[in-house]
Amino acid sequence: MQMSYRELITALHGMGFGAFFLLTFSGVLILLHRIRTSNAPSAISRGELRLMRAYLIAMCVLGWGAVLSGAYFVYPWYRAHPPPGITDYGEYPQRRLLSNPMTADWHRFGMEWKEYVAWFAPIAMTMVAYVAIKYGTDLAKHRKVRNAAFTFAAAAFIAAGVAGALGALINKNAPVQGGATMTLMGNLK
Amino acid sequence: MKNHPAEVDEDSGSAIQNGPAGAAILSAGVGCVSLGICAWLGDAFPAIARIFDFYAPTGPLSGVTTTAIIIWLVSWGILAKAWRGKSLPLGMINMIAYLLLGAGALLTFPPFGDLLQGK
Repeated sequence: MQMSYRELITALHGMGFGAFFLLTFSGVLILLHRIRTSNAPSAISRGELRLMRAYLIAMCVLGWGAVLSGAYFVYPWYRAHPPPGITDYGEYPQRRLLSNPMTADWHRFGMEWKEYVAWFAPIAMTMVAYVAIKYGTDLAKHRKVRNAAFTFAAAAFIAAGVAGALGALINKNAPVQGGATMTLMGNLK
Repeated sequence: MKNHPAEVDEDSGSAIQNGPAGAAILSAGVGCVSLGICAWLGDAFPAIARIFDFYAPTGPLSGVTTTAIIIWLVSWGILAKAWRGKSLPLGMINMIAYLLLGAGALLTFPPFGDLLQGK
């Protein structure tokens, strides 16, 4: 069972940072909704708030990890220009997509939207984490702050979902490949 | 903003300090719209795309996102300083932030960006 270096980093970007970031939304949206709909600050325990703070910080780390690893590791491999004379675009995903009219829109629409919309997620979640940590148990009193946090968290989820889905589909059509090959598991037979 | 009522604590009836939250919320909107504007400018004008080419392997994406993040953080710092200890009309600030978030999202959507460029 082998994997190239680029495939490994792409998997870490998408299935490590990105997928875990998306997974964490289910917990935080429920918790924010609970704070939003609760009338008394005492309805949320300090233990739950501590968990929420740690959870939100972890979300920010995952969100920023996803966009930074994508922009500065995976994207340069994706958009690399092939040397003159190269006709095999296996290691040049952008060129591979653009070389076929049936796949060109995966780049022109898919990647061109994904590369920017993804950044809304960590920006929005950093704001949500900040207000949750800053206001703590008092967040229950600040209905409008809760509303904004909930709205921005929902927007971050949509942005991350769009970016993640497009990334998976683009990588299915033109996978990022190349680099040193690593053997993850030997022949078991 | 003086015509809009400040947020009031429902228990005590006194104005509550929401300045830091207002600064974080509005600056997040500013960051999102900055990202949309920079992305659209880079897409529409090759000369601006070249300016945004901060890191050649990543291309204009590096400059677009770095510029938007700097605008977001600087606006956050300025607003946080200006609104420290203040009680603000957060309903209006939220609405502006939502509009900025929506405008930023629209500007990154390729069919909308192409429409603005007349493509």
